[in-house]
Amino acid sequence: MDAFTTHTGTALPLRRSNVDTDQIIPAVYLKRVTKTGFEDGLFAAWRNDPNFVLNLPQYAGATILVAGPDFGTGSSREHAVWALQNYGFKVVIGSRFGDIFRGNSGKAGLLIAVVDQKIIEELWDFVEEHPAAPITVDLVERQITAEGFRAEFEIDDYTRWRLIEGLDDIGLTLRHVDHIDAFERNQPAYKPKTLPAKVANVD
Amino acid sequence: MGKTLSEKVWDHHVVRTAEGEPDLLFIDLHLVHEVTSPQAFDGLRQAGRQVRRPDLTLATEDHNTPTLDIHRPIADPVSRTQVETLRKNASEFGIRIHSLGDLDQGIVHIIGPQLGLTQPGLTVVCGDSHTSTHGAFGALAFGIGTSEVEHVLATQTLPQARPKTMAVNVNGQLPVGVTAKDIVLALIAKVGTGGGQGYIVEYRGSTIEALSMEGRMTICNMSIEWGAKAGMIAPDETTFAYIKGRPHAPQGADWDAAVAYWETLRTDSDAVFDAEVDLDADKLTPFVTWGTNPGQGVPLAAAVPDPETFAEESDRTAATKALEYMALKPGQKMRDIRVDTVFLGSCTNGRIEDLRAAAGVIKGHHVAESVRMLVVPGSTRVRLQAESEGLDLIFKDAGAEWRAAGCSMCLGMNPDQLSPGERSASTSNRNFEGRQGRGGRTHLVSPLVAAATAVTGTLSSPADLSGTR
Repeated sequence: MDAFTTHTGTALPLRRSNVDTDQIIPAVYLKRVTKTGFEDGLFAAWRNDPNFVLNLPQYAGATILVAGPDFGTGSSREHAVWALQNYGFKVVIGSRFGDIFRGNSGKAGLLIAVVDQKIIEELWDFVEEHPAAPITVDLVERQITAEGFRAEFEIDDYTRWRLIEGLDDIGLTLRHVDHIDAFERNQPAYKPKTLPAKVANVD
Repeated sequence: MGKTLSEKVWDHHVVRTAEGEPDLLFIDLHLVHEVTSPQAFDGLRQAGRQVRRPDLTLATEDHNTPTLDIHRPIADPVSRTQVETLRKNASEFGIRIHSLGDLDQGIVHIIGPQLGLTQPGLTVVCGDSHTSTHGAFGALAFGIGTSEVEHVLATQTLPQARPKTMAVNVNGQLPVGVTAKDIVLALIAKVGTGGGQGYIVEYRGSTIEALSMEGRMTICNMSIEWGAKAGMIAPDETTFAYIKGRPHAPQGADWDAAVAYWETLRTDSDAVFDAEVDLDADKLTPFVTWGTNPGQGVPLAAAVPDPETFAEESDRTAATKALEYMALKPGQKMRDIRVDTVFLGSCTNGRIEDLRAAAGVIKGHHVAESVRMLVVPGSTRVRLQAESEGLDLIFKDAGAEWRAAGCSMCLGMNPDQLSPGERSASTSNRNFEGRQGRGGRTHLVSPLVAAATAVTGTLSSPADLSGTR
């Protein structure tokens, strides 16, 4: 995973609450077996509307999504994170996120910056007034800045550290494989195993 | 101070803990399906890693699969590739798989319990948010993303920050015609779709204790729909009786040792939850959704709400958008809403008791002429059980379609979908925009309401059929 310290880009205001992962990418787009090419499914149901914010020319090339409350609720599909990344987003700023989506983003390297809904409202107004204004999201300082605008954001320390270092979780866990070995040696016999397979008799 | 159920199970699985880091949790059971796993297996290959514990891993095909002509190759080539990729990965990494056509194939959350693999006190994960279903057994079960699927495959562990705890106390006797589905829909309407964010929830109280395992699974299944990390119910005699004798249930001395442990899995009397919610079961009535998230629901006897009556501006905006999408007007009676399709099935309500309950309502009636009804058992064994009881004939005689097992119309990924503008009464778990097919409009309902609605063509309860309302 690439290290993430700071990102500067333009933003796109998505004035909607409860944008679940089915809206971010509908299930029909989940059939691919790769992590790329999901950008065509991003917000697919809304893309037909020429007035949908993603279709407005002033926001073309935006890399920071300013989302409404409860963004990324619902299905666990990491494809939602890949679709946002494939489309070009590096950061999502919002006030509340679905747990699984936020976790997936941290693993895949999409920065989730949590701020008060009041800050979101200010950001929406700011971006709509100045769509070409560069916004900087600084993970080291946990700060969002633009000309005449500054806000702190929240992210848990561990995810922040991992993103800044560009570390992959599996590699980190495998440093402690001796702990896993020890844990496995102490498991009671009654715990189930999937192998060898046992099946019920047919009535 | 004592511990809650979830804290006990959590503490039993901590492989490593360190200041400033999430706990490393051991995973006892990893369920895998075709949609969220291919990129994880690819990751393993690229890093030259193996599956650490194939003997704690189980794969099946459910999301993408058709429910008709299952013995023919899958018609959609992209879907076929995804299913074939799972088969190839299972074979390469030595994972047990129940493929389409196999007796133990079915929705991943139906087959775990059915095989007796889902047991109290386990940690269960799957790349699917409805993994919370398995919490009905007193397991700590939650959905994960594909990066985490790869992590579990490689290490059989997951780093997890400890969530807060919440109790949902449901007490009282459920009125006739009110089910586990109505409890959870009413709960979500009360607390909102974000009400459980950051919590592991324990459902408790006399109403929960009186529910069958299948009813408990329905409730835990929808924990994610109000944002909870997981939902759990303390195991009891009902749980033990359900597990006993299943293929992977412990036997002999192992059974006794397991039960002795399982009996310790209850919240201590002096334990304190971070939050509590109370729900009175006596006052519940059949519950249905009107909007585009599972929290937008009302009693069946009520009317579509006026967005202006919501206190929060974001709720007003969301309700206005939802009514526009659903083509409904404030004040319209829920019972007057006509549907085109009724879907009975899914990991929420695709088990044998759900099919029996719906068959009991529909027997002797006929599906309304304007309605298509799909009955999709949650697993192949549920289908066979239903057929052995003659339930398939009851549904077919009533004019419903009897299908093979899978996720079917719950998620608009396989051939079973709504057309744009079509409206369904669905026993599934999500009424999101386009969830059942682009432009489709979904009302979430219980199996009883689904069956009655199929007969009348408008949202109805069984009492409406017999005139006893």
